[in-house]
Order: sequence, then C-alpha cells, then structure tokens
Amino acid sequence: MPADRSAPLLDVRDLCIGFPARGGMVPIVDHVSFTMPEAGILGLVGESGSGKSVTAMAIMGLIDAPGVRVSGSVRFRGRELIGLPPRQMRRLRGRDIAMIFQDPMTAFTPVYTIGWQIDEQIRAHERVTRAQARARTVRILGEMGVPDPERVARRYPHQLSGGLRQRAMIAMALSCNPTLLIADEPTTALDVTVQAQILDLIRSLRGMHGSSVLLITHDMGVVAQTCDSTLVLYSGRVAETGPTARVFDRPGHPYTAALLDSIPPLYGPRPDRLPAISGTPPTPMDRPAGCAFGPRCAHVHAACTTTPPALVPLGPDHAAACVLPAEGTPLPPRILRASNDTCP
Amino acid sequence: MTATPPAPTALLAVRNLSKTYHVGHGQHLTAVDGISLSVMPGEMLGLVGESGCGKSTLGRCMLRLTDISAGQVMFEGRDITTLPERHLRPLRPRMQMVFQDSSACLNPRRRVRDLLAEPLRVHPGPDGRRRPGADIDRRVHDLMDLVGLSATALARYPHEFSGGQRQRINIARALALSPRLIVADEPVSALDVSVQAQIVNLFADLQARLGLTYVFVAHDLAVVRQVSNRVAVMYLGTIVEIGPTDSVLHHPVHPYTAALTAAVPRPVVGARPPPPLGGDIPSPVNRPAGCRFHTRCPYAQDRCRVDEPVLRPIRPGHEAACHFPLAPS
Repeated sequence: MPADRSAPLLDVRDLCIGFPARGGMVPIVDHVSFTMPEAGILGLVGESGSGKSVTAMAIMGLIDAPGVRVSGSVRFRGRELIGLPPRQMRRLRGRDIAMIFQDPMTAFTPVYTIGWQIDEQIRAHERVTRAQARARTVRILGEMGVPDPERVARRYPHQLSGGLRQRAMIAMALSCNPTLLIADEPTTALDVTVQAQILDLIRSLRGMHGSSVLLITHDMGVVAQTCDSTLVLYSGRVAETGPTARVFDRPGHPYTAALLDSIPPLYGPRPDRLPAISGTPPTPMDRPAGCAFGPRCAHVHAACTTTPPALVPLGPDHAAACVLPAEGTPLPPRILRASNDTCP
Repeated sequence: MTATPPAPTALLAVRNLSKTYHVGHGQHLTAVDGISLSVMPGEMLGLVGESGCGKSTLGRCMLRLTDISAGQVMFEGRDITTLPERHLRPLRPRMQMVFQDSSACLNPRRRVRDLLAEPLRVHPGPDGRRRPGADIDRRVHDLMDLVGLSATALARYPHEFSGGQRQRINIARALALSPRLIVADEPVSALDVSVQAQIVNLFADLQARLGLTYVFVAHDLAVVRQVSNRVAVMYLGTIVEIGPTDSVLHHPVHPYTAALTAAVPRPVVGARPPPPLGGDIPSPVNRPAGCRFHTRCPYAQDRCRVDEPVLRPIRPGHEAACHFPLAPS
C-alpha cells in the first residue's frame, strides 16, 4: 500500500486502552487524540500512571496482554495501525517506527555484542551482507557520538557506561532510518551531564536523519528544551496540547499551570514554600465522573463535576480540556514568572 | 575585658573521611576520599553530584550506617568513629535517616501505628525507662499530625498509601525520637513532580518548627536549592566546591559545578542550553591522576593532570578545589 504523503505523519484519534480488572474494563487511556507533523519533536508529558507509555506501546502494536482492548485509530502516513496483522506490523516496526526505552540495559540482550544486535535489526529489514550491515552499524554508532565505534560494536552491553548504552540504543533505533522515533523516558536513568548530551543528540536527529521524535517524559525541563510541541496527559486523558512556548507561557489547563508552578526554581528569588498541588492523581478505577483533575484543582466548580471537559481551542494548535476558557475566565499568562527562572 | 564566646560546636563533623570497598581482583573502590566538613546546628546542607560521586556513601558514613575506612566522625563533639554499637545506640535517637525508596523501608506486614511506635518501644524514654503505652500512643498521633496525615491512616498498611504519603510515614518515623540531625538520601526523587513539591515543603516546615539539622543528599539541584542553605558539590569521592547555596549554584567557580548547573534542563522555553560536557564520569576504581575532573574539563592544563587541587577559600564561606577557578560571573 503506498504511503499517503499528504496525511500527517502520525494521526491518533480517540485512542482508548482498557485493561481488565475487578470484573470490568479499566480505561487506562481514555479518548486520546493528537497529530504529529513531519520532522517535529512532540513531548508527551505526564506523571506516572498518566498513560503516556501505554499510548506509545499501543502505537507500536506492542500491547498483547490478554483481554486488553485497544480501540480508536492510529494512522501512520494515512495507514491504519490498529488491527494491522502482526506480519505487516513487524515489517513497519523497527524500519518506519522505532522505539527507545528508559533502561538500555534491559532493552539489549546481555549475551550478544552491541554490534551483533544492531546488525541483526538491519538484516531483518534489508537485504544486505553481514559486512555491509556492520559497516553501517559502525557508521551510525560514530554519528551518535560513540568514540571508537568499531571497538564499541564488539563490546557487550554491560561493558559500556549508561550514556554509551543509550547512544548505542539510539543508534540501533536509527539503523534503518525510521521516520518516527518514539523515545520513552530516554534520559531518566542518566546523570544530568550525560542527559544533556543525549538531549543534544535527539535535537540534532531531525537535521541528521529527518526523523520525527515522540518524546515521552515526566520532566517539564526536558520538554521546554527539546520539544516543538507538547501534549500534557493527566489520568489517561489529554489535559492540554499546543506549541511548547505557548503551553509554558500561557497554559490553558490549571493542571499544566500548577505543574509548572510546583517545580522549584534554580534561579531567581527562592519562594518560602513551593505552590504544591494537593492530593495525588486518581487511579483509573476511581477517576471522577467530571474532570479528572477536579479534586485537586483550585478552580473547581459545579460545571467541572458532571462530564469530562472537551478540548477547547485557545489559539493556533493550542487547546485545553477545561471549562474555564469557555466560561470567559481563562488562566492568566505565566510569562512573568517564567522569565525569573532564566540563568543570570 | 570580655570573655570570648566559646566557638560553636558543630553538630556533626567529619575529618579526612574515607570509605573504600574491595571490589575483587585486588581492586579497591574509594567511594569517599578524604572528605572534611562540618554541619552546624540548624544548618541545612545539600550534598549534590552525579551517580557514583559518593554522596550517599558519605551520608551513611556520617551516621555510622557503614564502617569507616579512615578518618573521623564527630557527633555533638564526640568521636563516634570506632564507638561500639552498644555505645552508639543511645546516640541513634538523635541522628536519623530518610531513604529514597519509601516502600522498601516500611515492613509491608505492619500497620502504620506499629511502624511509628516501634522506635518508641525500642528506645527508652527521657527518664531512661520504658515509655508507657499511653505516651507512645499520644506521640504517634502527634507525629501523624506533624507530617500532615490523618489519624485514620494509623490502622492501614504501607501498600495502601501513595508514594508521597509513604514518604510522609517514613519522615514521621524518623522524627519519632525527636532527632537533632536528619540525613535524607534522595527523599523526593522517586516522587512525581506534583507530589515532590509537597514533601519539599514538609521538610522546610519541619525544619522551621523543630529546628532540625539536615544533610540532604540529592541529584536535583533545584530541589536542593529549595531546602539547603549550604551546598557541597561532589565528584568522584571528593568535594570540589562548597559554600552558601546561591553562591555555589549561581556563581560557581569550579568548572564541574558550572557544567552541572548548566546541564539542568530548566522549564523555560527559548533558553538554548550550552554545549554539553563531553565524556562520561570515570570509574571510581580507576580514578584519573591529578584533578579528578581534568578528563572532562574544558579548561584543563598540564598542571591539572599531575597536581591534585585542594579546597581553598574563594569568597566568604565558599571554597573550591581548582587550580584555575572561573572568574565570578
């Protein structure tokens, strides 16, 4: 089937993922929709349990637990991925859509060398000789900033540092030149100076390979410095989506605003107390009937408690699932506070 | 003639403290390498650095939770370096620890009430006798109040709580015996951002109410800034820079501190990050000679490869171990 070039790279519509529990279906991901343009970096942010990793697994067709129900639509260049036969999905996975994980130690098998594993992926998708595959492996490792790539290719995963392992995993993901790279918390297990190197690498991918990146993270700092656009998930639903600068300066959802406010500032005046969000996110089983953030929201009122609010457009590509803008009382901009936290 | 006031005694002081582990094949890993520092009563000291820098080991050595290879630990002016456990035990109520993994610290088969009462049952009361049950019960209720948990939670088990609430229970248990010193090892790094702020505020509130002294071990510089008035930056087992929090974090003079603060991704759009520091942290088993940071330092010179720098004063209360400290920005 020829790919439709006019369609967005990735178009997710009403994605719902339900897990069986307590004799019913628990909606872990609840009507999530978003699109990704070509050569863009989209940040998928949320706290643990918000459904961000499960969303990525569903896009990759990697959910095969018994009884799980995945519904909605995931179109990759116009081609529907939900319900795609495993054989066809396998051909796509690794070649057109690749994924990297938080822990490169468990993503690589410990019994083969790094080079062997990257060669295998190339040879699974393309008809090349072993020597050709190895040459490409070494070249990509080098492009990922791995020093002495020929030697590293002959090493086992446990012989490399965390930063090098993550670079090797990104090299493996990029070995077949995928159009879309899904990175699930790629820097969470790394130290901050090594994280800076990997984020630098991810930012440069689109220039180097023209790849789009779906970056899953819980760190608003990583999003601000890496992503063109941002999608905030809360309890399995989209809270807000928009261009990153817009979302950070003028958040439309009280959750986004409160989350940004609760991050301690590294620069500027030090507040006596952090504006913390009270309580904890609901589990998918006890999600309230109305807005999932309602019980923790400073602006909660009667209109929030009946049905989950729909996404309301707030500007170009910017929307928030909140009743406040529609009621004519949108949140004030955050621009002033944000500028306090820049390096002197 | 007026008498000079007695010099204030540090609550905790370590002198040339080292901790070495044998890692097999005749090799040694020096996790902490000759560190000296003191913590004054009421002070909040942040220990920061990347993984493997020895910050957690230093925290544990301070409380004698691991044996010390060389050097000295003084608590309330008393040398506890080689004190036998039997004599250390009466001091334990005054020094407590809070760990990162809130569930691993709590026995899953005991209710919160018993978890909080245990230290009160184990250690005698101020009169040297066993505490009466009614006193323990009152204290347990006060502790729950102190950390913002409702008394109805006392009958529940640890797994019934969220990560943030479990960390509150751990803090309550550390406070049970009214300690003077709390060493907290990454107490908020396993928590989600929205919950992390609650626990950071709790640490600040408790310090203000109880006059506690903290040693706060963490890798998140912004969190450390919020709870510390002094910060020590560690790299491969030594302190490379120490001083008042904002002096160190905003005007670092050691190139490593500067790289560390610059590498923190800030939630600010448009602030393009500087070029990242190259290379990886060298193995603590096979440390570089000279300055430990010279393999990654953009300003390293010949002297740095042979001559190990020691901490020297830069500004009041601010010291750094560098031959070529950065000019104040």
